[in-house]
Amino acid sequence: MLAGIELEVAPGETLALVGPSGCGKSTLLELVAGLQPLQAGSIEIDGDPSPAARTARSAWMPQRDLLLPWKRAADNAAVALRLAGGDRRESRRRAGAMLHRLGLSGFADALPGELSGGMRQRVAVARTLLAGTPVLLLDEPFAALDAITRGELQTWLRATLASEHRSTLLVTHDVEEALYVADRAAILTPRPAAVTAVIEAPAIPAAARADAISDPAFVAARAAALKSLGAAA
Amino acid sequence: MNGRLTSILRLWPTALAVLALLGAWQLAASTGAIADALGLDSFLVPSPAEIGDSLWTDRSLLADNAWVTLQEVVAGFAAALALGIATAVLLHLSPLARRISYPLVIASQTIPVIVIAPVLVVWFGFGIGPKVAIIALICFFPIAVNALDGLGTVPAEQRKLMRSLGAGRLRVLTMLEAPTALPFVLSGAKIAAAVAVIGAVFGEWAGANDGLGHLMLVDNAQLEVPRMFAAMVWLSAMAIALFGLLSMIERRIAWWGAAEHGPQAEAGGR
Repeated sequence: MLAGIELEVAPGETLALVGPSGCGKSTLLELVAGLQPLQAGSIEIDGDPSPAARTARSAWMPQRDLLLPWKRAADNAAVALRLAGGDRRESRRRAGAMLHRLGLSGFADALPGELSGGMRQRVAVARTLLAGTPVLLLDEPFAALDAITRGELQTWLRATLASEHRSTLLVTHDVEEALYVADRAAILTPRPAAVTAVIEAPAIPAAARADAISDPAFVAARAAALKSLGAAA
Repeated sequence: MNGRLTSILRLWPTALAVLALLGAWQLAASTGAIADALGLDSFLVPSPAEIGDSLWTDRSLLADNAWVTLQEVVAGFAAALALGIATAVLLHLSPLARRISYPLVIASQTIPVIVIAPVLVVWFGFGIGPKVAIIALICFFPIAVNALDGLGTVPAEQRKLMRSLGAGRLRVLTMLEAPTALPFVLSGAKIAAAVAVIGAVFGEWAGANDGLGHLMLVDNAQLEVPRMFAAMVWLSAMAIALFGLLSMIERRIAWWGAAEHGPQAEAGGR
C-alpha cells in the first residue's frame, strides 16, 4: 500500500503530505502514530522506532473532531492532560488558557453541540496541542469545513504552528493548504504511495492569506506541485 | 416552566382518553352490561368506583403487600443492573468470553420464567430470595444486551484517538466507552423496569406469604375481584413510577442521548 517513502521532519517544521484520495496518506499517519502495526520499513521519533514510543510522542488528529458530546470544550481539550494523570482543576485551567490563545475565549464551558464546525475543529486542535507531544499528526483537519471557514482556519493554524516548536505532519489533498500552512509539501502517487516530489513552500511573510496565495512565488510553487500531482496520477 | 407547561398540555389527550375509558367502564359495569354479556354474576365484574373503594378501604393491606413487592422489585432490578453491566463489560473486553457466553446470555432469556419460578421456590423457600432471582433473571437480558450494544457503538477512530492521546485500555473504557454506553444502559433499564413487576408477580404466584401477587391469588380464591384489580393498580403504578424515575435519571446523567455518534459517523466517510 505504501512504497518508497522516505521523509524526515525537523523539530519546528511542518511537512504536508499531498496525494490523491485513497493513496494511503491517512494510513501513513496512523503508522507514525503507532496506531497500526508496521509491516515493513521503520519509523522513528527522536530515534526511537518502537510503536509505543511513537504513540507516546505523537498526537493524532483525524478529520472529524470527535469531541466527546458530554464534555465541555475545556474538558474536551484537556483530555490528554487528564489521561496523563493531571488534576481536573489544573487541567481545565491549562485547557482554558489554550482555548483563549486559540481564539476561543468565553467558550471553555460550551458543549460541543453548541459550537460551530470551525470552533469544534479549533477545540480539537487545542486537544492535540495540549497532549504536549513533540510530533503532531493532522489528518485533513479542515476537509469537512466550508471554504471560508477553511481559509480562516488555515491562516490560524499557520500562525499557531509557527508559535509551537513541534514537528508536524499535515495530510491534505489541497495543494494550496499544503503550501500555505506547511514548510514543505511531499507529493504522493496513488497506491502504492511513493513520494514523487518535495516542494518547498515559498517564504512569504504576507499577513493576509489572500495576498500570500496570490504572490508570484506561491503561484509558481502551487503550479509545480499540481504538475507533480498530475504527473503522479 | 414553559417546558413543564407544554408537557402537561401534551398529556391532555391521554388523560381524556383514560377518563373516557373509565367512564365507559363505569357505565357498562354498573348497569350490569358486561356481566350479562359474559354470563357472570355482576359482583364478579367490578366497576372503577368499586375498585376505587377497595383501594381506599383496603389501603393499609395493599400498602403492606406493595411494600413487600417493591422490595423484591428493587432488589431484583439492582442485581440485574449490576450483573448486566458487569457481563456486558466482560463480554466487551474479551472476545473469547463473548464467544463462550453470549449464547448463554441469550439462553437466559429463552427460559420461561413461569417454569423456573416454582423450581426456585422449591430450592430457596417462600422468602424474598426466589423473587429477587426471578426478577433479576427477567431484567438481566435487556440491560446486558443494551449495555453491550452501547459499548460497541464507539467508532474505532474515536478509540484510536484516545489511544493516541495516551489512554490505555481501561481509560478508553472509563472515559469513552462507558459514557457512550450510558444512554443505552438506561434504555435497557427502562425496559427492565417495566417487566420487573411481572417477574415479582410470577415469583409470588409460585409461592409466597405476602406481596401483591400473593394478595391477588388469595383474592382470586375468595372472589374478592375489586381488590384484585386494586392490586393491579398498585402494581402498574409501581412499574410506571420506576420507569419515570429512570427517565428522570436519564435526562439528568445521560442528556446527550444515544444518537450522537450516528450522524457524525456518517459524515466521516473518507
